[in-house]
Amino acid sequence: MSGPNTSFDPKQVAVLSAEAVATMVTAALLATSAAPDLGALKAVRLAHAGDRSPLAVANRDIGALPPAAKAEVGKRVGEARGVVTAALDARQEELERARDEFALAEEFVDVTLPTVRNPLGARHPLTTVMERICDVFIAMGYDIAEGPEAEAEWINFDALNVPPDHPARTMQDTFYVTSPESGVVLRTQTSPIQIRAMLDRPLPIYVVAPGRVYRTDELDATHTPVFHQVEGLAVDEGLTMGDLKGTLDHFAQEMFGPGIVTRLRPSYFPFTEPSAELDVQCFVCRGASVDKPERPCRSCGNQGWIEWGGCGMVNPRVLRAVGIDSSKYRGFAFGMGIERTLMFRNGVTDMRDMVEGDARFSLAFGLDS
Amino acid sequence: MRAPVSWLRELVDIPVDQSGRDIAARLIRVGLEVETVETVGGGVTGALYLGKVLQIEELTEFKKPIRWCQVDVGTPGGGIHGIICGAQNFVVGDIVVVALPGTVLPGGFEITSRETYGHISDGMICSERELALSEEHDGIMVLPTGTAGADAGPIIGVGEEVLDIAVTPDRGYALSLRGIARELAISYGLPFRDPGLSVADLLAPGADAAPAQCGSDDFEACALFTLRTIVGFNPKAASPQWMKQRLTAAGMRPVSLAVDVTNYVMHELGQPLHAFDLDKLSGPVRAGWAEPGSILETLDHVTRELGPDDLVILDNDGIVGLAGTMGGLDSEIDDDTTSIALEAAHFAANVVARMSRRHKLSSEASRRFERGVDRTLAPYASARAAALLIEYGGGHYVGMTAVEAPYEPMVISMPSREPAAVAGMPIEADVVVGLLEAVGCQVLSIDNQLEVAAPPWRSDLTDPADLVEEVVRLVGYDLLPSTLPVAAAGHGLSKSQRLKRLIGLTLAARGSVEVLNYPFVGADELADLQLAVGDIRRSRVRLANPLSDQQPYLRASLLPGLLATVRRNAGRGLNDLSIFEVGAVFQGECDQPPPRPSVLMRPSADEWAALNALLPSQPVHLGVVLAGERELASWWGPAQSQGFADAIQLAQVVADVIGTEITIGQGHDEVFHPGRCAGIECAGQSVGVAGELHPRVIQAWSLPARSSALELDLDALIAAAPDLRSAPVVSSHPVAKEDLAVVVPDSVTAAAVLQALGSGAGELLESIRLFDIYRGPQVPAGCYSMAVALRFRAPDRTLTAEETARARQGAINRAAADCGAVIRGA
Repeated sequence: MSGPNTSFDPKQVAVLSAEAVATMVTAALLATSAAPDLGALKAVRLAHAGDRSPLAVANRDIGALPPAAKAEVGKRVGEARGVVTAALDARQEELERARDEFALAEEFVDVTLPTVRNPLGARHPLTTVMERICDVFIAMGYDIAEGPEAEAEWINFDALNVPPDHPARTMQDTFYVTSPESGVVLRTQTSPIQIRAMLDRPLPIYVVAPGRVYRTDELDATHTPVFHQVEGLAVDEGLTMGDLKGTLDHFAQEMFGPGIVTRLRPSYFPFTEPSAELDVQCFVCRGASVDKPERPCRSCGNQGWIEWGGCGMVNPRVLRAVGIDSSKYRGFAFGMGIERTLMFRNGVTDMRDMVEGDARFSLAFGLDS
Repeated sequence: MRAPVSWLRELVDIPVDQSGRDIAARLIRVGLEVETVETVGGGVTGALYLGKVLQIEELTEFKKPIRWCQVDVGTPGGGIHGIICGAQNFVVGDIVVVALPGTVLPGGFEITSRETYGHISDGMICSERELALSEEHDGIMVLPTGTAGADAGPIIGVGEEVLDIAVTPDRGYALSLRGIARELAISYGLPFRDPGLSVADLLAPGADAAPAQCGSDDFEACALFTLRTIVGFNPKAASPQWMKQRLTAAGMRPVSLAVDVTNYVMHELGQPLHAFDLDKLSGPVRAGWAEPGSILETLDHVTRELGPDDLVILDNDGIVGLAGTMGGLDSEIDDDTTSIALEAAHFAANVVARMSRRHKLSSEASRRFERGVDRTLAPYASARAAALLIEYGGGHYVGMTAVEAPYEPMVISMPSREPAAVAGMPIEADVVVGLLEAVGCQVLSIDNQLEVAAPPWRSDLTDPADLVEEVVRLVGYDLLPSTLPVAAAGHGLSKSQRLKRLIGLTLAARGSVEVLNYPFVGADELADLQLAVGDIRRSRVRLANPLSDQQPYLRASLLPGLLATVRRNAGRGLNDLSIFEVGAVFQGECDQPPPRPSVLMRPSADEWAALNALLPSQPVHLGVVLAGERELASWWGPAQSQGFADAIQLAQVVADVIGTEITIGQGHDEVFHPGRCAGIECAGQSVGVAGELHPRVIQAWSLPARSSALELDLDALIAAAPDLRSAPVVSSHPVAKEDLAVVVPDSVTAAAVLQALGSGAGELLESIRLFDIYRGPQVPAGCYSMAVALRFRAPDRTLTAEETARARQGAINRAAADCGAVIRGA
């Protein structure tokens, strides 16, 4: 290394002239921009910004200059090195980006390939309809009650005001467990859950009870010996048939759409008095197809109404059988078939589809109905 | 119950413009469910004429006798027509029903003029069946009188509208024209002519003969028994055409005058009647209980064994009928009967219902008695019947004998505002009284409290609620307001309901499809499951009246139904399948004598417990069956079969979803592959089983090879689920990872090794994960190597190398002690 200059010798330091530095910079920039890849750029960086590059040598030679010249030349060389380094860095980034993009481009795939390796399963639509019904009533403050499918005959019939020789027992064809005298039946309706709810729960009572029920019908397109119902029961002070009607109207709207109403027709059930058949307005034609054969409605058969279930005010005899004071409390109850609901709500045309367990049937509904 | 409209119009002056459908709508509104409105001969279009047979030429050259007839159908029908006819039951001069060319008969059969049997047949002489009036086809219709050329339709009942009404069990009175017409009168606001209150004029009995005597042994069961005697009856007398038509329209086959009259009056008034051949009876006739071991052959030619619960009609020689149900064959009216004993009685509803059920015998009479017949109607009805018998069959009225218990109407006390309070809308007291009187009640008002005497034909009216229904239904349910009660604050879904939903959603989201199988199983299916004697899944709950004798049991396991469903799906080409079911199974016995608590009060705690003790145990189970491939072959790689591990994993997933801790151990179960079955325990109790099905089960059920299954007691799992879950301490200090491999004998399960390593590692252990299993030359024979990743972390500090090493050694030491594990490479 050269020692400090004690005298200024312009010849000795020609390489530090402005022209010379500019030439070095030009050469470096040219080489930088010409570097085709990162390997070449590495060589360029060594040649033009490395320890032995002309600018590095020039920088070292500054030390030999007289003090008066050091500042000016130092500034010139410093700026030159800055320009070259910046150009090298920019080119470096540019080449790295190009390399990365190339690599990513190499990883191109067809994203429209099928991706479902593990397809979704399904819940049975009867289950999801029952859950939907439960949710509607939970939102109204009701609880969900349950009871056993093999049920005491006394609870399924006697306590519901169907005494042993009552013709109503032959209305429903009952499966008896073990023997006709065993006192155990497969429940013919969800109504025994009313009895359990009234014996188990404090007043007032607001419950719905979905469940499986049994009648001795052979399976065909419209009958099944095993089916599902949902039962509703409210026991409170001052309940009226208007309250029953309003509750059913709200329920119908939640299930079938805004504005749908219900219709009650007088009927008979041993456990309600007064009793009514419950019709729901056809949610497809809303009655517009009635008496218009030119406008067939498959949903209601041009009736405008669809039979949905039964309902009424809890018979005071039923309240008495569970020890509820009918001079203080009144109740209303209703029940409807879930299969039937699914048939007209979702367009199921054959009961057998709901019982055979063909996976394609449930899969069409997915996780909701 | 079929009600011809013309019959109803005899009792109520329904406006002439009201069609059968209009009338039906009125009845439906008040609660009589009219199922159909039919038109008699509704398939006939075009004219039908009465024709007079002028000439018959027998054509004998054909295989069967054929007649070439000249029939005068009068000026309206175009005079005399030549018609070919195959029937033989008419003679020259008879009045017949003729369809001329152009008329279309039911079934779209158009009459044309055509050549047949060598003549041009220019029309058709009709039978009842050809006009869809009845099934009668023994010959053509021959009318007793008529004018050739008259419109035959109204005369033979074509065009009559008939309402078919499904009568609910409480409304016995509606099993009569009388009852239906009363409802109709109220509904139209018109007067009702009650045929049950008019006494037919019967000539005074002659003094030369005494009426047959009658009696009742038990006035509880038979409160009223009447017997009218008629002698000199012409057994050959025919029923009038109008009566036959009405009976046919009402769905009853005309038989003979005596039978037709009793049916006609029963249909009109609702009182069953029975006509005995008096000459076949011996001595007084009475209602009484059958001796044990008695026998009666009823009119349906069935010989029935009777017992002391059977109320029967007796004479001196024995039993002549089942009271209110069916008469005996030996005392039946026949073609030679000239003396008739006409029984009209009132039998208790529950007595007849029991007999009808016991003998599986439902008759027109029993249907009415078990629903309640007018308590006072018998003598009126029998007078009406006797008058008709004498009018059309001649004979001489001898008189009536009767026995009757005192009758007191049911009196019900009800506040006059009760109907309004129950309905939730104003109903004035005078409206309440008016409507109750319209249905036949007598109403005494004491201030605001009504004392209401129910009419004798309304045995269903016993409680205030019954009166409320009468009032509100007649006011109209369509006028009810729509109000929403405010329910008490609810609780949302219960824990069990919530967790069951979560499980269903999880399984479905993981690709399983929910099914809902019938719970019926058969012995063959249980045998195909290879269940050992005494296995709890061997159903012991049996139905007394199964739909199929092949499946008389209730399932004690979900597997039979699921396996059958997998097989059905496979049969339809769905071989790669995961299905699940959540449902009750039935375990235990039903062998306790059933208690029958009073329904007049709340059952006692003991009674309630006894009722519930009758029932079999009915836990809710989860069952899953996996068949075929979980992941199909595609661009991502080869297919992945689902097997035992998938079934066991689902058990773990279900437990994790609800937060219940389970342990999985080697299991032994006849249904499953002996080496690929996991027993699942929760708190030391078995809660299920999972694994690959036994090859013999797979073969017996024709399932896809290597099908796997899982069955869990969901109630038990959910009961063990935490009510709330505690938050963990999440440490932010660094983790220390240690991998190690141990060699253990084949007899030691992986679970045991992991358990030992985990407990030996101490509380610094955060997680332990098996990442490889090795069997081969690198480890001793009869052993395998498990490679395990351990992660250690402290809640409050960075672990030192010494601490980590100590914990690692603790794990190794415990595994060595408990499982004979040797650290690999040591």
